[in-house]
Amino acid sequence: MSEVRTLIVDDSSVMRKIVERSLRQAGLDPLIVFEAGSGVDGLELLKTQKVDLILSDINMPSMDGLEFLRQLRAQDLAPGVPVVMITTESSEEHVKQAIMAGAQGYIRKPFTAEQVKERVLPLINAA
Amino acid sequence: MQLYGVRKAAIATQRFGGNKEMERTMTLSLRDSVDLVSDPKNLDSTVEEVFHLMLGVNCQRYEGPVEIAEPESVTAVVGFGGLLSGACLFRSGGSAAIKIAAHMTGMEFDEIDDTVKDGIGEICNMLAGAWKGKVPDLAANCGLSVPAVITGRDYNLHVQAPEFKLHHVYHFDDASFEVTIICDGLQ
Repeated sequence: MSEVRTLIVDDSSVMRKIVERSLRQAGLDPLIVFEAGSGVDGLELLKTQKVDLILSDINMPSMDGLEFLRQLRAQDLAPGVPVVMITTESSEEHVKQAIMAGAQGYIRKPFTAEQVKERVLPLINAA
Repeated sequence: MQLYGVRKAAIATQRFGGNKEMERTMTLSLRDSVDLVSDPKNLDSTVEEVFHLMLGVNCQRYEGPVEIAEPESVTAVVGFGGLLSGACLFRSGGSAAIKIAAHMTGMEFDEIDDTVKDGIGEICNMLAGAWKGKVPDLAANCGLSVPAVITGRDYNLHVQAPEFKLHHVYHFDDASFEVTIICDGLQ
């Protein structure tokens, strides 16, 4: 597999590390990870860095993950890059909102590395 | 004061994340399913699931009397807003909090630093989300606040006359912790 440049957006540094570890366990290697602690920081980072995959939390202060996703699409910052939302919210309504905002995948916390692999690898392979 | 702030944030999240369809479903009532919402088994299975998946440990509920003997403790609070208002609280002694954060991150900690607090906040966030996810109407119509984490010595949490309260103690290895669900309003 070629190098996978991934942006992880989560206000929790612990969750960013756990997501990164799960991606490595899922076989994404070599993996280059960019971290952002908020949607605003994520958008800023995408103005200077190209990525192949974005994973974002939803429930974050200041700019939540859905607004980050809407802004990402509106500003055309990462065209064609798959976005997977990772969140504690799991109702159909929340999934629908994420898909409507432009997400390609959805992972519910708590999760296993196997679940991350199932959701992420097909998107990477298709891209 | 902390609880008020968290609850306010949860309600704001619910409003922000809502749409017309969600507003219509707010006419739903959980009053008839209070037994389901307050079922203690839901909390036990939630804790077991979160700790098994995120820490790789098996948690067991402890029914005996427990006191946090350590002077310093860590409390995380995630507020609920929407059909149910209230909060999910996680509380443990400092050494248990450090152990949980170590399991989550694979790192070692000597003290309750920002990473430990962050990890405990996330555990509480996942407990709150997974618990409400056990009841479909609650999953769709109850928002979560971002976690607040309190550390310190010799403090108590007081909640006046909740609708219902679940307070369970769990342990894994030699670490124990408390999880409390407080419901102070049910539509």
